[in-house]
Amino acid sequence: MLHDIWFLLIAVLWIGYFVLEGFDFGLGILLPFLGRTDGERRALINAIGPVWDGNEVWVLVAGGATFAAFPHWYATLFSGFYLALFLILAALIIRGVAFEYRGKRDSAAWRKGWDWAIFFGSAVPALLWGVAFANIVGGVPIDQNKEFTGNLLTLLNPFGLLGGVVTLTLFITHGAAYIALKTEGELRERANKTLVIVGLITAVAAVVFLGWTQLQSMVVGSAVVSVLAAVALLGALAANRLGREGWAFIGTALTIALAVVALFLHLYPNVMPSSTNAAYSLTISNASSTDYTLTIMTVVAVIFTPLVLLYQGWTYWIFRKRISSDRIPDVSKLATPPAAS
Amino acid sequence: MDALDLARWQFAITTVYHFLFVPLTISLAFIVAGFQTAWYRSGNEKYLRLTRFYGQLFLINFAMGVVTGIVQEFQFGMNWSNYSRFVGDIFGAPLAIEGLLAFFLESTFLGVWIFGWDKLSKKVHLAVIWITAIATAVSAYIILAANAWMQHPVGSTINQTAGRAELKDFFAVVLNPTVLVTYPHVIAGVFMTGGAFVLGVAVWRLLRRPTEDQAPFRTAARVGASVLLVGSLFVLISGDIVGKSIATDQPMKLAAAEGLYQTEQPASLSLFTLWGADNKEVFSAKIPNLLSFLATGDTNGKVVGIDEMQAQYTATYGAGDYTPSVPVTFWSFRLMIGAGILAAIAALWFLWRLRKNGVPGRGGVAIAILLPFLPLAANSFAWIFTEMGRQPWIVFGQQLTANGVSPSVGSWEVAITLVGFTLLYGALAVVEVGLLRKQIRAGLPPIAASDEAADRPTTFSY
Ligand code: HDD
Ligand code: HEM
Ligand code: HEM
Repeated sequence: MLHDIWFLLIAVLWIGYFVLEGFDFGLGILLPFLGRTDGERRALINAIGPVWDGNEVWVLVAGGATFAAFPHWYATLFSGFYLALFLILAALIIRGVAFEYRGKRDSAAWRKGWDWAIFFGSAVPALLWGVAFANIVGGVPIDQNKEFTGNLLTLLNPFGLLGGVVTLTLFITHGAAYIALKTEGELRERANKTLVIVGLITAVAAVVFLGWTQLQSMVVGSAVVSVLAAVALLGALAANRLGREGWAFIGTALTIALAVVALFLHLYPNVMPSSTNAAYSLTISNASSTDYTLTIMTVVAVIFTPLVLLYQGWTYWIFRKRISSDRIPDVSKLATPPAAS
Repeated sequence: MDALDLARWQFAITTVYHFLFVPLTISLAFIVAGFQTAWYRSGNEKYLRLTRFYGQLFLINFAMGVVTGIVQEFQFGMNWSNYSRFVGDIFGAPLAIEGLLAFFLESTFLGVWIFGWDKLSKKVHLAVIWITAIATAVSAYIILAANAWMQHPVGSTINQTAGRAELKDFFAVVLNPTVLVTYPHVIAGVFMTGGAFVLGVAVWRLLRRPTEDQAPFRTAARVGASVLLVGSLFVLISGDIVGKSIATDQPMKLAAAEGLYQTEQPASLSLFTLWGADNKEVFSAKIPNLLSFLATGDTNGKVVGIDEMQAQYTATYGAGDYTPSVPVTFWSFRLMIGAGILAAIAALWFLWRLRKNGVPGRGGVAIAILLPFLPLAANSFAWIFTEMGRQPWIVFGQQLTANGVSPSVGSWEVAITLVGFTLLYGALAVVEVGLLRKQIRAGLPPIAASDEAADRPTTFSY
């Protein structure tokens, strides 16, 4: 029972992470292409400025909660997907400082460098998280001691790579929907156009991927939710054509959430199936902490998760206004405040 | 080097690096909140400009604190998977709770603070920086409670069949006597760091830019010096208490810190000792009875030596070497204290020279630049001491460091990430220091009239 609750909560945390950080990954990837002038690029970055760090904390809590609730899952996954995680961490490091440091020097080369740091820092995790999740669901070689026995190349199988393409394109679509919702003028138009093109590619990749997942072994609940995810994505594209930007964004957010639900439903009651021998699979019961720890954690989560949602919601409310590039201050003014007399 | 050594180096490098930014983040959050409160109360523009100036420096530092922290969160699973399996039931909970309670608050509200200058009322905006500051202090408590459990495991038992430690009493872990004594000490050290930074920057401005903004920087220098001095006082008092607590809970660590091989009663404190081969003392300068007093509160108290502890641990845990590296613990302990004392002396000197509109004389600039590095160094040495003094245990008395490492990760993989993180960290350090210098040289931002206009640009926007 407690194991199920924590399996569910961890799914919720990953949904929170992918829905929220998903759009700022997408925005980061689109940055060098949609933002043609420096003002436009600054407008884009400022559109996620107040929230990206809070979005990133979702993954920290997902990691911490996995450690606490399913220590074996945390241990096998993180030591097993070692180099992939290293790449993700390096990307997140570069990306995090890029946002903060980009505007701090008045030099075109400096800013251009950080723009590409944001691009790669967003694209690499957007791709690799998909690879990682596809492999978790698809199963990886795990021995009787719960140790992963493969290497980085084990993860780069066709199914894993397709999973990566799905998250990458899905986050770009989601990011485009966010930009369309948060900016004005040409940026908004370009974002709306991008959304359709990338959205269609995403739809194809996602349908193949989710279908392939079900072919490996059919799980009815998961299959139903996969269909709903596809419907939500088509809904987002339709809303975009109708000029309903709010609905388009809700549509891409729902797509991400439903896709994660589909994967977790497919996984249950395993947390990391072993492709070596099904008996070696990590499950919600053999990977978990004691009931006492899970109880404590449940109490904490029940009290604080709603609180977090409340104040994060408040920040989106404060910064709800659209951003346009002509209201963004000139970077030279920010970088060197003239000395006062 | 094998995977174990590489993983240890990686943990030490990434954690010490993280803890260069942590003390500045925590203390500057409070100091900036203080300046903003002064502005809110008095309406004096000087405080607003100080808020923004030190606020910029705080943000540059905060970014590094965040990105280096992310690595911390994941490297237990990456490099120390057996440790994670062993302690997850206990150690995971604080980590998850820290994220849910503290990291969400601090990152969300900091975002609101940066971008909210023109969107919130002055009062709410002030509350936002205070929430951020308090969240950083809460986060520090939770992670130190986790660390304290590794130093002094309480509230848990070992389940032999499951091969792991299991939580029995959550509140015993959260209120571990060890964290109750180390938290005040760490926080005092943290404020020394922020005070030294604010003071150092202010003095540099006073001396190098004597025509600009003397009044605000005099205020800042006084604030910095006071924070540093009060911090030093608390560090001293709390450090003494921490010492007594390790004398009872981790006597081997204390003995190693003092290079005390034979049990002594009374024990003298060594200021300086050199060892030759076979751990024979070659030279030593000692103060009689002082160690007894510091460890037990009694000038004639008994302090157990390394050899006795080694024999005792062999009897309890089986054959093995239970002695941490004596030179490392001995010297890191002294360097922690020494660097802290030097910083306090520098603060006193600056305060003395700054009285009645005076300025520090020649040499002031060099000392001002050096000053922030003293408490930073003290913090790093302190952690090296605390963590190396716990060796060979990763969880004291329960798991050896050698048994905590990930079996499935090859040494070349650890080598790749070790080199990768080190290079990345090195490059970012150069960038960060460059940006700090640039902001410090630029000086206090003006408060332009347009700032008050309805559609004014966001002060700290990217
Ligand atoms: C005494 C204080 C202290 C100590 C010992 C540590 N940290 Fe830390 N950490 C903080 C105090 C702090 C902080 C003040 O709360 C930071 C610094 C900058 C920041 O953003 O928050 C932070 C940031 C920070 C972040 C990023 C949070 C964010 O995105 O906002 C993570 C994931 C960690 N830390 C994790 C760790 C782990 C796993 C540690 C143990 C090895 C650790 N920290 C040691
Ligand atoms: C409070 C949270 C902390 C936790 C949970 C923690 C945990 C650990 C762990 C698991 C190790 C074992 C790896 C190893 O032996 O190398 C270790 C070692 C180490 N840690 Fe910490 N640590 C914490 C804080 C810090 C901080 C803040 C610093 C320094 C600034 C630090 C410095 C070190 C060093 C230098 C080692 C290496 C010791 C050695 O390997 O011999 N630790 N710590
Ligand atoms: C009079 C000076 C000092 C004394 C007597 C003292 C004492 C101690 C002792 C005994 C420990 C070991 C605790 C343990 O192993 O659990 C310790 C740890 C530590 N000290 Fe100090 N210290 C002093 C100065 C400083 C200064 C100046 C700083 C920083 C500015 C500092 C920061 C720390 C930190 C960060 C730790 C590690 C925290 C921990 O143990 O959890 N100390 N100190």
